[in-house]
Order: sequence, then C-alpha cells, then structure tokens
Amino acid sequence: MALFNVFNIAGSGMSAESVRLNTVASNLANADSVSSSADTAYKARYPVFQAIQASLMSPGGVADPTKGADAAVQVNGIVQSTAPGTARYEPGNPLADTNGYVYSSNVNVVEQMADMISASRSYQNNVEVLETSKQLMLDTLKLGS
Amino acid sequence: MPLDLNTYLGVEPDALKVYSQRAEVLAANLANADTPGYQARDIDFRAALAAAGSSGGTLQPVITSAQDVTAVGSSSASPPGSTTGGVSTEQFLKYRIPLAPALDGNTVDSQMEESQFAQNTVRFQATLTFLNNRFSELTTAITGGQ
Repeated sequence: MALFNVFNIAGSGMSAESVRLNTVASNLANADSVSSSADTAYKARYPVFQAIQASLMSPGGVADPTKGADAAVQVNGIVQSTAPGTARYEPGNPLADTNGYVYSSNVNVVEQMADMISASRSYQNNVEVLETSKQLMLDTLKLGS
Repeated sequence: MPLDLNTYLGVEPDALKVYSQRAEVLAANLANADTPGYQARDIDFRAALAAAGSSGGTLQPVITSAQDVTAVGSSSASPPGSTTGGVSTEQFLKYRIPLAPALDGNTVDSQMEESQFAQNTVRFQATLTFLNNRFSELTTAITGGQ
C-alpha cells in the first residue's frame, strides 16, 4: 500500500531536517569561537540534500528519475562554508598570534536563525504528513465497522 | 441474484488506491522541499483513475443476462499502459509548472503542496465514507434492518 511509503518518505525528510538543525546548532554554538589562525577558525557547516528513489537503488531498478513516486530525501554530505572569517586585534587573548590577532568563525548568525526556522517548519510539515497518513490508514482499517 | 462485490463497490476502491499513491507523491514533494534541483510532481488523477477503472472492470458495462445488448468493445482488453489487477500510476506522474522558480532549481511550493495534501486527505476520507455506506447497505440487507 502506497501509504506505507509515506512513512519512509516523511521519515527521511524528518531525519534530513534534523541533520540541518544539528548543523545550525553547531554553527550557532561556534559563532563566537576564535582561533589563532585563519585556517583553523571554525567554518560554518551546511548539509547537502539529495533526492533518492528506492526504485533506483534496487538492483535492476529502472534508472529513470521520472519514474517512481518514492522520492525520499537523504543528506549527501556536509560542506563547509568558504566565506572569509574576520580577524580581530585582541592582544590580550591567550589564542592571539604573534601579531596580536585572533581569527573568528565565518558564521552569519542571522542567516543561521533563518535557516533554523526554515528547517523547523519543514520538519513540522513532515510530521503533519505522517500524522495525516497514519489517521487515513487507521480509518481504512475501520472500514465496514 | 449473485452479487459481485467489485461491481457493487464501484469505482471507490480504485479511487482509494490512486488517492494513496497521490499522498505518496505529495509527501515526497514536501520531504524534498529543501533539496536543490528537485522538481515537484503530481499525479494526473483523471487519467490514473480511468486506467484503474478499465483494468479493474468497474467502469465498464457488465453483461448480466443473455438479453442484454452487447456493448461494442466492452469485452476488449484494457488500453495499453494500464496494468491488470493493480493500479500503477507511474506513467501518470507529471511535473508541476512552478509559479516562482527558486535559484537552486527546486520547484516545490510548500504552501500549495500542503493544500493539495489536505484536499487529497479530505477526498480519501470522503471515499472511505462512501465505502462505509456501501457496507452499511449490505449489512442492512443481510440483517433485514434488525
């Protein structure tokens, strides 16, 4: 029954969005982290979402992206932002380099907050879909009673 | 009079199958709302249901006695593309035309997908109600309204 697949699809969406929330939490927690060199400074992390289809993954499955309704989502990997961080002159900081500079992360806090709300709404969407499908299946089970 | 349950229930079981497949497609759209390059899809409901009906025989005239007029083509095979026995809606998947395409190539409009999902749910439940009424009729006929 196709409604069973909805559980897998919405579940994959929930897990992908929770990975996204995880990266947001990690980025926000490290927004004020400083480092003694630009290379070791914290870089903002972003998940890469990719649609997967069970029919494409099965051996001998049809390799046509237009086929199959079962497009779940997976996190293909985590990429680090290449945006430049800022160098601050803080000679009193124990992490300062020989010139007295510390290098802060390249996390944009406002962008992260917007990303968090987007991830949260998408997660709620998937929960709603799951809840509705569950109710439909329960109603179908009660058919004729 | 022998009762064929499939004929008695009409198009409703097929509609239920197509609704559940449509729920799957819409759920996939919502799950991929943030996937770059993902293109939203939907099922051509009319075509899917028509194919389901012709394969299941529920939309075709049924000859119940020898005096019945033989309908032309009523006993012919189902049209090409439809599967016998089950409903396959894969060939009825269509891509949505995006209202406002995003920079990352994603064409999912979450608000519209949600409203379509809600509409699909209500129709699924309406079909369930119709089926329930059919079963109630049968129960009434069996028990004689007792």
